[in-house]
Amino acid sequence: MHPILKVVIQRLALGLLLLLAASVLIFIGTQILPGDVAQAILGQGATEQALTNMRAEMGLDRPAYIRYFEWLYNALHGDLGVALSNGRDIADSIGQRMGNTLFLASVAAVISVPLAILLGLVAVRYRDRWPDRLISAITLTTISLPEFLLGYVLMYIFAVKLGWFPSVSNINSSMSFWQKLNAVALPAMVLTLVVLAHMMRMTRAAILNVMQSAYIETAELKGLRRLTLIARHAMPNAIAPIVNVVMINLAYLVVGVVVIEVVFVYPGMGQYLVDHVSKRDVPVVQACGLIFATIYIGLNLTADIVSILSNPRLRHPK
Amino acid sequence: MADTLLEIKNLRIEATVYAPGEKPRNAVIVDDVSLALERGKVMGLIGESGAGKSTIGLAALAYGRGGIRLSGGEIVLNGRQIRGAGAGTLRSLRGREVTYVAQSAAAAFNPAKRLMEQVIEATLHHGLMSQSEAEARAVDLFRTLSLPDPESFGRRYPHQVSGGQLQRAMTAMALCPKPDLVIFDEPTTALDVTTQIDVLAAIKTAIAETGVAALYITHDLAVVAQVSDEIMVLRQGKMVEHGTVQQIIEAPREDYTKALISVRSIDHKEKLPSPAPLLTVQNVSARYGLIGKDVLSDVSVEVHPGQTLALVGESGSGKSTMARVITGLLPPRKGEILFEGKALPPALKNRSREELRELQMIYQMADVAMNPRQTVAAIIGRPLEFYFGLRGKARDQRVQELLDAIELGKGFGDRYPAELSGGQKQRVCIARALAAKPKLIICDEVTSALDPLVADGILKLLLDLQKREGVAYLFITHDIATVRAIADSIAVMYQGRVQRYGPKSDVLAPPFDDYTDLLLSSVPEMKLGWLEHVIETRKMTSAGN
Repeated sequence: MHPILKVVIQRLALGLLLLLAASVLIFIGTQILPGDVAQAILGQGATEQALTNMRAEMGLDRPAYIRYFEWLYNALHGDLGVALSNGRDIADSIGQRMGNTLFLASVAAVISVPLAILLGLVAVRYRDRWPDRLISAITLTTISLPEFLLGYVLMYIFAVKLGWFPSVSNINSSMSFWQKLNAVALPAMVLTLVVLAHMMRMTRAAILNVMQSAYIETAELKGLRRLTLIARHAMPNAIAPIVNVVMINLAYLVVGVVVIEVVFVYPGMGQYLVDHVSKRDVPVVQACGLIFATIYIGLNLTADIVSILSNPRLRHPK
Repeated sequence: MADTLLEIKNLRIEATVYAPGEKPRNAVIVDDVSLALERGKVMGLIGESGAGKSTIGLAALAYGRGGIRLSGGEIVLNGRQIRGAGAGTLRSLRGREVTYVAQSAAAAFNPAKRLMEQVIEATLHHGLMSQSEAEARAVDLFRTLSLPDPESFGRRYPHQVSGGQLQRAMTAMALCPKPDLVIFDEPTTALDVTTQIDVLAAIKTAIAETGVAALYITHDLAVVAQVSDEIMVLRQGKMVEHGTVQQIIEAPREDYTKALISVRSIDHKEKLPSPAPLLTVQNVSARYGLIGKDVLSDVSVEVHPGQTLALVGESGSGKSTMARVITGLLPPRKGEILFEGKALPPALKNRSREELRELQMIYQMADVAMNPRQTVAAIIGRPLEFYFGLRGKARDQRVQELLDAIELGKGFGDRYPAELSGGQKQRVCIARALAAKPKLIICDEVTSALDPLVADGILKLLLDLQKREGVAYLFITHDIATVRAIADSIAVMYQGRVQRYGPKSDVLAPPFDDYTDLLLSSVPEMKLGWLEHVIETRKMTSAGN
């Protein structure tokens, strides 16, 4: 077997194991919280007898590990259970919300990732000169400001003053792609500003690190232009660290955007999760946790595998 | 001089030096150097480290590493002044009119790209040939440089070929755009002798066939004598002597040149082995990890008290592994290590302090073998405290004695390693080893990183100390000249086995086994036509077989 295939399979297996561990943690986490589903449904004033009956009816009196495996089995078959607060099927509600979250994250990613890498390249090209400093100053400013503040500032400028984009990013399935894009313009802009600095700085650092190598001098002595040299000779050797930081930021775009969703009243996963945490809707919290964990682990796994693939020593063994 | 390709006049190169704890100051790296190179000729630039030879070589591309400034004089290439030329002009001549072959091809190739792409990159970038023409030329060059499978060689990645092949590929890369001038910067220094000779022959053939001019930079006079038409000797950024190869080698005018030529001429008569060996390595086999190949297989050698056993071999022959086994860093899989007839515990952690004391080590890289934040006195004083419990005055006095023994005067005790030269650092390491009053010192390539004259001084010091203190050496090296200078007995190692072992006079005298013959005949000799002679002889033997 090609050694790289072996490594990739190993990583995949490790990722699955990690996901399993995460599911255990999520289940345990929701179990050790005070109160359970029966309590949540019947409220504070419920009698002991009523609680016992309720638990027996819902199967909550069975041992935790049995309930865990039942939950896991159902989740693997696409059945995430029913929300306690409104009795709806969780998978259906999440499906809609997840689509929205992924749409916003994708728009932000499509803008921010190429922009961050390009800015990183430019910063290296003009290292320690004004373009580098300007890029650093701007990106560091935007990362230092709280997201909600950025959100409100952009909203004031682009929605209130200029009137280019709506201030409330309400989207639904009847809208066309362009209408949706227009609706998420502002939150996507904020998210871009938030994740840009991290990716840009990492790109810059990773490439600068490679720029010390002797083969960069070789390329320079071939008479190559500086930007060609950076893109052709430095970049391919800096892929691993860059991909890692890109993936961490993509994960953040999916699972960490609660504040932005609230500011722009965007119907995404974050808001859905927060709503149901406050209602102590345990099945929903578990389902969201599992989905977020899957996305996080999946993206990091991708980063790992891309890093491995970017290494010519592994790709082409002796 | 209508045919002058490169003319350097009164070149001055400066750099800003940032020494720790001092204000940045200006240092003159190269001062008042002039040379003229005709088309198709090869000039050797020779000197020790710090002589400014690489700096001058790169100046021919109007390039300065780091903070180096080409601050004065003229560099005229193809009739055009290139010092201070604009970035666009420089880009158009680099990789087209002048190309560069670096010392470490392993570092100079981009690990993420196939060799072919890199070899023809400059040619395509400057629009000199079409892709297919450039590839055809590269394949031709691979063939000229006797690379294996020239047709498919370019499809490999740098890590898939050996060091010697990579160095030849780098030469192909430099020659591909048909430049007027190639700068060879120590292209064979990092290679084993047996590989060096092949690369050297390949470079020489390629230069002859393409008619390119070259600046050949090296610290090894014997090497440069094989490829150059003329030689310039440099020292501390200044010209010492300039002449034809013949004149420099046969009738050097300057003392410094004479010293360079007579280097490694220490005459050391071997001593007779004593009846009781100090260290006996008995049928030792060792490997790294539990599975895999033996790095040492069934090795047996002896070191006699007050004598030197030289372990010779190429990289990967198991020399350093032997040192690790003897010191207990790598317990052997089979066999035993006897010290004065008693078996030493195989693992370091089971050895007594006394057993540790009697066996000391000196390393190749003196730089990294010392704590940079300790003074010389602290470095040398530590074993005195650890093994003998010396403190205060007694310790200081002993430190001073040791400093005297390594010929470093007063005042060195307060210095930090960064304030010492390469040779001085190695001397401090010797003093640290001596401080333990060992019976045996393992010297692992202790002179390989040093300039020839400095290395000579170290070898003389080691011989002198052996005479006075009666210490035995296990001397690991790849350099036959060093072996001649210091050894009483020799073990030639090849692929983890002892190929040939005995007193120096026997080992270095014919009849040889094939490997020892190859090894000995590959060592460059300081005479004209040596390279051709060796290659001719080898062709004849292989034709005879």
